[in-house]
Parts: sequence; C-alpha cells; structure tokens
Amino acid sequence: MSEISINHDEVDIVIGALQLDLTSFMEEWRSVFSQFHLIIVQDPDLKGKLEIPAGFNFDLYTKSDIDGVVGLSSNAISFSGYSCRYFGYLMSHKKYIIAIDDDCVPAKDSAGNFVDAVAQHITNLSTPATPFFFNTLYDPFCKGADFVRGYPFSLRSGVDCGLSCGLWLNLADLDAPTQALKPELRNTRYVDAVLTVPLRTMMPTSGINIAFNRELVGPALLPAFRLAKEGNLRWETVEDIWTGMCVKVVCDHLRLGVKSGLPYVWRKERGNAIESLKKEWEGVKLMEDVVPFFQSLRLSTSVATAEDCVSEIAAVVKQKLAPANPVFARAAENMLEWVKLWKRVRTQ
Amino acid sequence: MANSKSSPALKDELDIVIPTIRNLDFLEMWRPFFQPYHLIIVQDGDPSKIINVPEGFDYELYNRNDINKILGPKASCISFKDSACRCFGYMVSKKKYIFTIDDDCFVAKDPTGKEINALEQHIKNLLSPSTPFFFNTLYDPYREGADFVRGYPFSLREGAPTAVSHGLWLNIPDYDAPTQLVKPRERNTRYVDAVMTIPKGTLFPMCGMNLAFDRELIGPAMYFGLMGDGQPIGRYDDMWAGWCTKVICDHLGLGIKTGLPYIWHSKASNPFVNLKKEYKGIYWQEELIPFFQSATLSKDANTVQKCYLELSKQVKAKLGKVDDYFNKLADAMVTWIEAWDELNPSTGASTGVPNGTAK
Repeated sequence: MSEISINHDEVDIVIGALQLDLTSFMEEWRSVFSQFHLIIVQDPDLKGKLEIPAGFNFDLYTKSDIDGVVGLSSNAISFSGYSCRYFGYLMSHKKYIIAIDDDCVPAKDSAGNFVDAVAQHITNLSTPATPFFFNTLYDPFCKGADFVRGYPFSLRSGVDCGLSCGLWLNLADLDAPTQALKPELRNTRYVDAVLTVPLRTMMPTSGINIAFNRELVGPALLPAFRLAKEGNLRWETVEDIWTGMCVKVVCDHLRLGVKSGLPYVWRKERGNAIESLKKEWEGVKLMEDVVPFFQSLRLSTSVATAEDCVSEIAAVVKQKLAPANPVFARAAENMLEWVKLWKRVRTQ
Repeated sequence: MANSKSSPALKDELDIVIPTIRNLDFLEMWRPFFQPYHLIIVQDGDPSKIINVPEGFDYELYNRNDINKILGPKASCISFKDSACRCFGYMVSKKKYIFTIDDDCFVAKDPTGKEINALEQHIKNLLSPSTPFFFNTLYDPYREGADFVRGYPFSLREGAPTAVSHGLWLNIPDYDAPTQLVKPRERNTRYVDAVMTIPKGTLFPMCGMNLAFDRELIGPAMYFGLMGDGQPIGRYDDMWAGWCTKVICDHLGLGIKTGLPYIWHSKASNPFVNLKKEYKGIYWQEELIPFFQSATLSKDANTVQKCYLELSKQVKAKLGKVDDYFNKLADAMVTWIEAWDELNPSTGASTGVPNGTAK
C-alpha cells in the first residue's frame, strides 16, 4: 500500500526480547527486518544468551549495557520486561522507530498479501495527520481517497504525524477479563484504513505494534508506569497505555498527529487470560483514574518541546494522582528521571 | 432484537425519507430491503409533475403545494429546488427512526460479492451504543467479533445512546467541486469494514446521502437549512445539519457513528454546477468551523429543541456579520423548531436527556 520511498538510514527497528530464542520471530520478519538496522534489547530479567539468526544488521543491548548507562541507584528506572524496549529508543539516533512485540509475525491482508508493517508505519509517519476535523473517508492522503465535501480547506495540509499505532489479527490486544470471558474470540476483521485520532480524543495505545518519530516525540515514549505485580504478558501490564496517553497529550499540545489502524501484525497465542486475571486486577482498576486525568490534562502554552511536556505532565501527576496510589508517585519520578536520562544520553 | 428473517427489524418504527425531483426507479433495486417499510417521499421542484412510486410500496408523498399547505407561512424554512427539502419528511414522520437515502444511490456489494442491506446495518448501528468518550482502536466494540481493547476503562463500556448512523459510498465519492474537478475519475473502491463512533468534541462532514437517525433523540437538530432556489448557497445542507447535530449530541451525551453501511453512489453531479453552489460555502466554512468548534450550550439546554434554539441565537450573534444569510438562517432555525413542535406536540418538552461529561 505504501508508495513513498523509504530512506533506510532513517529507521531503527527496536525489538524487546522477552524470550531467548528469537529465531522464528526473526525468520518470519526476515524479508522486512533484513533491510534495516535493528536494536535488540534483552529483558534484563531474562537470563541466558539470545539466539539471533544470521544475516541481520543489529546492535544488541543486555543488562550490563543498561546498568552501565542508567546506573544502579534505587532511583534508577527499571527496564525489565516490556520496558526493555525503551532502552532501545534511548540508544537510537534515527528519525523513525518501529517496535513490534516478539510474539507477533507478519499478517496477511484480505487479499492474502503479505503485510509489510514497517513500510506502512513509515508511510503513516511520513504523511500528514488530520487531527482537527474528522475525514469520513479516513486517511485522505492514501491513494484512491481524499478529503470529503465539507472538509475545511484551511485544514487540508494537515500536521506532522508523531505516532503510528498498528493493530493485531488473531489475538487482539484485549484485557484479561475480556479475553477470559471470551476465550475463543479472535480478531479476524481486516479493516483497511488508517485514521488520525482527533485532537483531545484519548485512546489506549498498545505497545504491541507501534512506531513513532523519535525526533518529534522521542522523550514522550517512556518507561514509567509499573504495576506492583507486573508480568511478562501484555495482560499483566498497562505501561504502554500510560505512555500512550502521555504521548497523545504531548502530540495534542505540540499540534502533531497520532494515527491508528493499519498495519496489522499477526499476534500469536501466548499465556492464559484467566491466570493473568487471577494475578493482576490492579491495572484494570487503575485505568478508571488514569483516563479522566489524561482527558482533562492541558499543558501550559509556554511548553514547546517534548521533554518539557513530559516534565510538566510528571509534575501534574505528582500533584493530582500520586496521593491516591504510590504507583502514580513512582511513575512521576520515573518520568522526570527519564527526561534527565534522555538529555544526558543525547549530549554524550 | 427480532430475527430479521421472520420480521424486518423496526418495521413499524422506521420511516424511509427520500427527496426526489426525477423519479424513483432506484427503488426497484432496493425492493427486497425497503418494501417492508413505510416511505415518505418529498417531491422537490414542480409540484404538477407526477412522480411514479413503484408498485407495492407503502408511502406518503408531499410536493411543494403540500408543504405550503401543511406549514403555512412556516414553509419558508423548507428549501425549494434542493434536496435539503428532505427534512420536511423528518418533521412529518411519526416514527422513532428515520433512514434517508438519495435517489441515485443503489445497493452495493461487499468484498465477498454479497449485496449489502444498508438499512439493516444502520439499524444495528442505531440499536447498539456509541463510544464517544474514549476511542476504541478496534472500532465498534459492540460488533460481532470485536470488543473493547486493553486499557479501555470499564466505567465507559456501557457507552452512550446512538443518535446518528452515517453511512458511506462506494464508486462516486462525496467530494466537493474543486476536488471533483481535479480528480474527475477517482472512484472509491476501498471497502473499510468498520463502524466507529466520532469522538466527543470532534466535528465531521455529515453527508445526507445514506443516513439514519433516532428521531426521538435528535430529530429537531436535523434541519437541513436554507438552500437552493433564492439562496446564495447549496450543497451545505447536510453539512450544516451535521455540525449542529454534533454539537448537540456532544452536549447531551449522545453518540454518532460513521462507517458501514456502504451504498453504491452512481451519479456524479456536474462539478461546475456544484462549484457555483458551493462557492460561498467554501469561504464561509472557514468561519463556520471555528464557530461550531467553540460553541457551548448552557446547562439549561436539556432538550434538543432548547439546544437548537440556543444555537440559533449564537448563529445570529456570531455569524450574522459574516453574511446576512446567517441572520435569515438563524430565523429559519427558529421557524423550523416552531414547526417541528407544532407537528410533534408530544416530543421535546420533558424528555430531558442527561448531559454527558462536561467538556
């Protein structure tokens, strides 16, 4: 579907390795991943040596690398589990970053064609977004579509896209209670659309299949929100949901766009929703407070960079959410630590 | 919900409103889907022309003489020589739901080749909740095979009542005149298998070609304005209704869905004729959009009529200076509500819909 030419030097694919044997994952993606530079980050809690097949251009980071950069103080941000990929974002110098969970393989579209998720994400990121007015034919910049009658002309040039959120066939990103209730539910519907999530509209941004413009919003993709009993299945985390809402607030403030829709990846079955549910209700409960908070959050007009946006969000989190639950206090601290870390790494 | 094989859903609760100036031949193709329902035909243009309705349909037909007779001086709010006249059909209907379709819209096929029963899909859309307060990345969570995604708060999963279902079009897309001139051959061939709620606080261009709504929830807001004969503007009737409707739905905590169903739009109107009609609108739009984006309604506005009347005052106050047309339009909005209440005496007054979360 993409027709733009991709400058491969502008792209890093970041892989957070939560399993040791990456062979089948990398083989499935070979035709796509072999064209790009990869940053592979091994979950610091995962002991052992990663198995990575030959023929890829990658940099590998493990616990010792993370400790070397971040330090070992008790204040240090944890990069365990799914958060390991954020270390990859920190190490990247590229304009675009694409991150896909290691239990996802390429999908096929409704015609049976192989979906190049990386190309689609880059197309999304390098074409304008339209957050100020909804286009009923979805992405007006894709071939065969345009702005519809009634769409104001002054808004037709759009704005830069900061974040591209892809979707999942087979095992969709449902929470544990929903999946437990409907164990057979699989997403088989291929919705052939990309759309811009409107200004001030909040959404749950899944980290499973995501891409962003690091130069525009990099600091806002951060490891901050850690549940007390966070686990190694997406059902046992909400860190990406938190991060995604921060990114949306930042994009709304900086007049950047967030797109959702294509590309799809095929998400393999892993884990047991009921087991996760038994383990961890906390994430589901916390969303009740988190969502209204982000929906009403407005940043000061003087704030003009992603770093400063994050710092301001952290301050408000500390003030308004932290009193309710220590998870939020810790999140705010992590956010501030992250900005410091981001700045330090950039200047080295 | 009734099994559609035994009895069509909402058979006695839905009217199909069709504006026409030509003929109703297109109904033949829709017969299997429309025949069980009552039609309201609004005949535009020359009232002495006889419009043939295909055999077997149950209908009422109104021409300009009928409109003038029924509304008297208030008929001035109903457009002439423009499909905007269709809103007269909404006003005279006694049903809970309305489906409106243009007479150049035919049955489309989905990617499997199956004919799409657009009306059935609209009904499904209207009878299931909307989710305007938080965007679901898997689109309509109430559709078979979908659900709310991880991170979607449980307290928002009941959704909001759906007031409007906005369908789309394959083949000739609904482009404005400048776009039509630049891309005369572009056809919409992309079947996007999704229904989604347009988030609260976001405006959209509402096309009246393939549209359904809950008349009891939002009917009075569906005024299609002053267009056509004697008016400086055309092809903004549905846009105007859509922006008013969206502001009011946002205020009252109601939802608007867009996406499926598709119909097949067969006729491309003349882009030069369209340009003449739209020309002023293209400029005025730049004022209208900020107006609607910042429009707020008072807490006392707890019915559609009250909301609409408040809006009409704001139109006069803020848009009157853009062009005198908006003063006339504001007056027509008031006339419309008066006419609506006259023809529908039992609705409105006390059915206050609870307000949604504050903006």
